[in-house]
Amino acid sequence: MAHSLWTDNTKELAKRIRIHVLNMTSKGGGSHIASSFSQADILAVLYGKILNVDPVNPSWPERDRFILSKGHSSASVYAVLAECGFIDHKLLDQHYQDGSILSGHVSHKGVAGVEISTGSLGHGLGVGTGMAKAAKMDNQKFRVFVIMSDGECDEGSNWEAILFAAHHKLDNLVAIVDYNKFQSLASVSETLALEPFADKWKAFGWAVKEIDGHDHDAISNALSALPETAGRPTAIIAHTTKGKGVSFMENSVLWHYRFARGAEYDAALKELEQL
Amino acid sequence: MRDHFIKRLCELALKDKRILLITGDLGFVVFDRYRQECPDQFINAGVAEQNMTSMATGMALQGKIVFTYSIGNFPTLRCLEQIRNDACYHGANVKIIAVGGGFSYGSLGISHHATEDIAILRALPDLTVVSPCGLWEAEEMTEAVAYHPGTCYMRLDKSFGNAIPAPGEKLKIGKARKLRDGNDCSFIVCGGILEEVEKAADMLNANGIKSAIYSLHTISPLDKEAIYEAALSSAVVTVEEHTISGGLGSAVAETLMDAGIHPSRFLRIGLNACFSSIVGSQHYLRERYGLSASKITARVSELLNRSLQ
Repeated sequence: MAHSLWTDNTKELAKRIRIHVLNMTSKGGGSHIASSFSQADILAVLYGKILNVDPVNPSWPERDRFILSKGHSSASVYAVLAECGFIDHKLLDQHYQDGSILSGHVSHKGVAGVEISTGSLGHGLGVGTGMAKAAKMDNQKFRVFVIMSDGECDEGSNWEAILFAAHHKLDNLVAIVDYNKFQSLASVSETLALEPFADKWKAFGWAVKEIDGHDHDAISNALSALPETAGRPTAIIAHTTKGKGVSFMENSVLWHYRFARGAEYDAALKELEQL
Repeated sequence: MRDHFIKRLCELALKDKRILLITGDLGFVVFDRYRQECPDQFINAGVAEQNMTSMATGMALQGKIVFTYSIGNFPTLRCLEQIRNDACYHGANVKIIAVGGGFSYGSLGISHHATEDIAILRALPDLTVVSPCGLWEAEEMTEAVAYHPGTCYMRLDKSFGNAIPAPGEKLKIGKARKLRDGNDCSFIVCGGILEEVEKAADMLNANGIKSAIYSLHTISPLDKEAIYEAALSSAVVTVEEHTISGGLGSAVAETLMDAGIHPSRFLRIGLNACFSSIVGSQHYLRERYGLSASKITARVSELLNRSLQ
């Protein structure tokens, strides 16, 4: 049975996620705001409409598993977990600060709803592949969703998992790539080009769907019709804008690490409130 | 050791369907019986140790007891961060098995010399590190790690030594075995190099030097009481087929210093920090690097200022 105790107004949820992220990173001096913004719509649709999870019983065995492999955008995950009742809103105020359990890269210890701690890139898909394989072996019906970053696809370990998942026909596994086209120092195309990206996944035996990662209907449609192809794992390549929602943060390498202060914060909040 | 491991694992897997074995494409012939009897509990992950270890974590978190298997440094150093961040931090029931400890695959070259693994892995929190000293220990340890909560690393090598257990003896993780009494010297040993130490102790005994031998098969957590007891003799000698930088000898030295115990004589026998571009059998390389029974005997007699006949 589905356990949806929260709003299915995913636009509103995405807006709240972004505002929380702005507040959390500004208050704690945390980075990666732009990486959280680029995936906010995907998270909102996942938690608002797709994931079979239960904040009252977060370790419910039949729950869908969600893994944030791009652990640096933890702020948005903590925000959506607070919005959905997994963790207390008050915890968000402590993100990234002295003594907090909400780390800059997502950690499961003491944080209900976080399956796996990540932060070093190239780990989440492998762990998710193991979960999906175990589910198949035990005839369990849950699905495994992994959000990855584009820069993360530089890590060779991912391609080990991509090979394995296709070979073992893990159609209960869904990789969603937040393809915001920027990594730490420069654009993806200037760093290590991924194109033709969809073709790479296809060549490895995955079913691939490319969507606009900010279009809630497109996200919802893609995630509602899984698996994309029976017998194949699904890759959703979500074309996104890094920093989406605040004009001066969009498509800028600067906001990979910078946090908003003073007038920047006021301007950012104003834009987010109008979303 | 490897055959004793797989024999016991097969017995356990037949009884306990939670047990899974994942290999990194190694173990030709070795797994034939296991695969025949437990086909649904065997996965070949391919030559992909990072993914093997991450996947093992994911499976373990779904209730499986997952053994990962490969040679030497492949299931350990190659995927060290997967062991640390994935398996250990999540307290996952992942049991890492490396065959080919020390110079087991000496002729294959330095890629296959597993000579720093204990030092590196014992630094990880929430990882149990064991290095059985003989065939019986390897087999018993297989069951012990299977049901020991959390992530474990078991180092096996190609030795055939066997410290026969006392009747009814049980192997316990974290509890050293005292194999021999003697007040002139206490050997503290991990791994199959025990077979050389036992011969050395015999040679020393023939010269009137009585040695105690402790099998310290568990490096993390350490049996501190056994180490304190060993230090009551005239000399403490650690022996490992591993670098002396950070391994068993270092762990024993730290333990004694922390407790304010200063043995009158202390010697770490192992490999000096170097790569061996020279290849050869395990037997040959032990001799060349001072780990053979005769070399151990000579170093201990020198330590004790006793000449040998």
